[in-house]
Amino acid sequence: MARYLVRRLAFLAVSLALASVVLFVLLRMLPGDPANALTSVGAGPEQIAAARRAIGSDRPLPEQFTHWIGQLASGDLGTSFVSSLPVGPEVAARLDVTVPLTLAAFVLAVLVAVPAGFTAAYKRHTWYGALLSGVSQLGIAIPVFWLGMILIAVFALNAGWLPSGGFPQDGWAEPAEAIRSLVLPVVTIALVMSASLIRYVRSATLDVLGSDYLRTARALGSSFGGAMRRHGLRNASVPVISVLGIELASTLLGAVVVESVYALPGLGSMLATGIAQHDYPVIQGVLFVSTLAVLVIGFVADLAQRIIDPRLRGRLSGGSR
Amino acid sequence: MSTKKNVLYGTATVAALALALTACGGSGGTSASGGTWDKDAVVNIGSLYEPQNLDNTAGGGQGVTEALNGNVYEGLFRLTDDGEVEKLLAQDYETSADGLTYTFTLRDGVKFHSGKELTSEDVKYSLEKVLADDSQSARKSNLEVVKDIATPDKRTVKITLSKKSISFVYNLSYVWIINSQAKDLKTTEDGTGPYALNKWTRGSALSLNRFAGYWGDAAANKQVVFHYYKDASALNNALLTNAVDVVTSEQSPDALEQFKSNGTYKVNDGDSTTKLLLAFNDKAKPFTDVKVRQAVSAAIDDKKLLESVWGGYGKQIGSMVPPTDPWYEDLTDVNAHDVTKAKKLLSEAGYAKGFSFTLDTPNYDPHPTAATFIKSQLAKVGITVKINTITPDEWYTKVYKNHDFSATLQEHVNDRDLVWYGNPDFYWGYDNPQVTQWVEQAEEASSTADQTELLKKVNRQTAEDAASDWLYLYPQIVVANNKLSGYPLNGLNSQFFAYDIKKKG
Repeated sequence: MARYLVRRLAFLAVSLALASVVLFVLLRMLPGDPANALTSVGAGPEQIAAARRAIGSDRPLPEQFTHWIGQLASGDLGTSFVSSLPVGPEVAARLDVTVPLTLAAFVLAVLVAVPAGFTAAYKRHTWYGALLSGVSQLGIAIPVFWLGMILIAVFALNAGWLPSGGFPQDGWAEPAEAIRSLVLPVVTIALVMSASLIRYVRSATLDVLGSDYLRTARALGSSFGGAMRRHGLRNASVPVISVLGIELASTLLGAVVVESVYALPGLGSMLATGIAQHDYPVIQGVLFVSTLAVLVIGFVADLAQRIIDPRLRGRLSGGSR
Repeated sequence: MSTKKNVLYGTATVAALALALTACGGSGGTSASGGTWDKDAVVNIGSLYEPQNLDNTAGGGQGVTEALNGNVYEGLFRLTDDGEVEKLLAQDYETSADGLTYTFTLRDGVKFHSGKELTSEDVKYSLEKVLADDSQSARKSNLEVVKDIATPDKRTVKITLSKKSISFVYNLSYVWIINSQAKDLKTTEDGTGPYALNKWTRGSALSLNRFAGYWGDAAANKQVVFHYYKDASALNNALLTNAVDVVTSEQSPDALEQFKSNGTYKVNDGDSTTKLLLAFNDKAKPFTDVKVRQAVSAAIDDKKLLESVWGGYGKQIGSMVPPTDPWYEDLTDVNAHDVTKAKKLLSEAGYAKGFSFTLDTPNYDPHPTAATFIKSQLAKVGITVKINTITPDEWYTKVYKNHDFSATLQEHVNDRDLVWYGNPDFYWGYDNPQVTQWVEQAEEASSTADQTELLKKVNRQTAEDAASDWLYLYPQIVVANNKLSGYPLNGLNSQFFAYDIKKKG
């Protein structure tokens, strides 16, 4: 196990390093000049040159890269070109919104999807089993922003129960208000996420229901519930966990849309602003932190699968996954 | 958002108590309409323009002007919402006979939010900050005529110019007077305005509190909070749910109906200074020919375009000059919509069968809509338009810097920017030595009357030359809850004075 952990951590570090190179190079390949965002209409060539000097975008790329990596190594995410404010503290402040939003949505989605997916599989011949499948199918087709707009129209504009958007200026200093402003965004993400999760849970459960070992266990006198608990759930959870990891990661990255619909000051909206302004340090900072989070989520998901399913241990330590 | 609601309820209760207590004394505030208003109200303002940082010489952007100009920072002069320049921190000033030396006397008893008294040193420091090498101030180039700044005593500033500049005082209205000892101006402030910064939460909100030590009339409300939105519909929803009381600048005409039909809100139609231009490259064929430019201008029905983009809002404009500029004249009749005339001009110019050109179109609203409209209008006179959609960044490089275009669409936001037609090197390449001379003479004029007269000539000449086609003037639509009064309507150059806003309890 220790050898596996070391191997995985090394893999994580290498992935992160590779990702940072790709990130850096891809950003520089985008058309446009960050100095444009810094100079107003009427700026002369010398003002533009001064802007480039000020942000260091006139220096050779390798030098810019080593500078960035050097900063990263000392835990500094750099300084925004546009605002000339440090990126790190802002990322941290934005995580206060994005992390609770993503985790709450994830937990809610799992709480809905696991029983619903199981029911959809086990009761697939009943009307409500079919309904669950149908609804989840429909849920996948719904765009997040559209669902968000519907929820706002119903619960904020008409009923007036919840705010239509925004986040308290004092953040979590007023927990009740902060939570109130996250309810609709969390529900929006959770609904969309659970729709696809239900399908995965359903198919994983169907696999198990049709398996030989379950039939064998039943033949040996186990009750259905007992057989499911002892053998079924464990087997069904292995593929589901890897899907959960992917879902969580994609929600983190996909928060842009929800944060924009609900005017939340999260990481996603920070990224969107950064991209619009060619603010490389901001884009790099946000994407680096997101990449790190995605890699860690993948690592935890793998670890969880390994713990649940002993058969995977041999394969994983080979480093093939 | 409901945080603010709670604060509101709280202050409303306090206000009700205060009113009850002061009823005998009769010192409750009274609005022009006779209703009472809450002197300790919190006014929530919704905006799409978040500051990048809080320093307007370090790329703070239009958001920092909106929130801090006049509210937190003051200049020697103020540009009022009607476009007038009035004295603010300058109590008085004198101009030397040759027009090169300005002597300003500062208002007495002005304090910065930090408590320090305003002195001439602070004025010198503030002006030097705008003129510094690393300054990103949009007004830097206008103020480069400043040759010397002297401070003979604490309340006197003597500024010498290298050449006469009639706009100097006007340009000073853009210079914030900052405490020369202030630090960290990107995240904090030290101005003399009626409000002091309370808190700025990036990506979310910026709040200002009434400054107790203000030299002038105290703000009509206790606190203003600017709430920032990326998305216009999120902003409108905030107004509908009372999370904000007023929207500084409505950008989506489709959303107006829900406010117009609702008695709770007032939709105000002010004058902006933003012009939508079909800018020709006057140095590239066929737009080198004045007849071609006139023909294109006459072929496009600006009224119909304005109607389709903004409904009943906005104004037709026949030149670069908005009504709030001192040299405004209604020139919509010059090159007015006239298809027959357009066809005639085209055949005179040798393009009886029309021609085709590429229209570089920024990819954000309303440019694509306008481009499609122009394409169909010009097709009627035989001109084929190829729409080339580009990002703002590409526009800046291709059109603005490299002048590599035939015609383009762009919005020009500032007031008094007619003078760009006096610069033959500007991106649109309009080159009329007479106009250049008038613009220079206007800047060196001895009186504003002379300046106005010369710029009126420039105005008419550029219009007759169809230097560009000025499609329309954007409306400045402020939508507010009826509880509010006293907010600015025109929002010149994105400023939004909040200190007169009164809110009913």
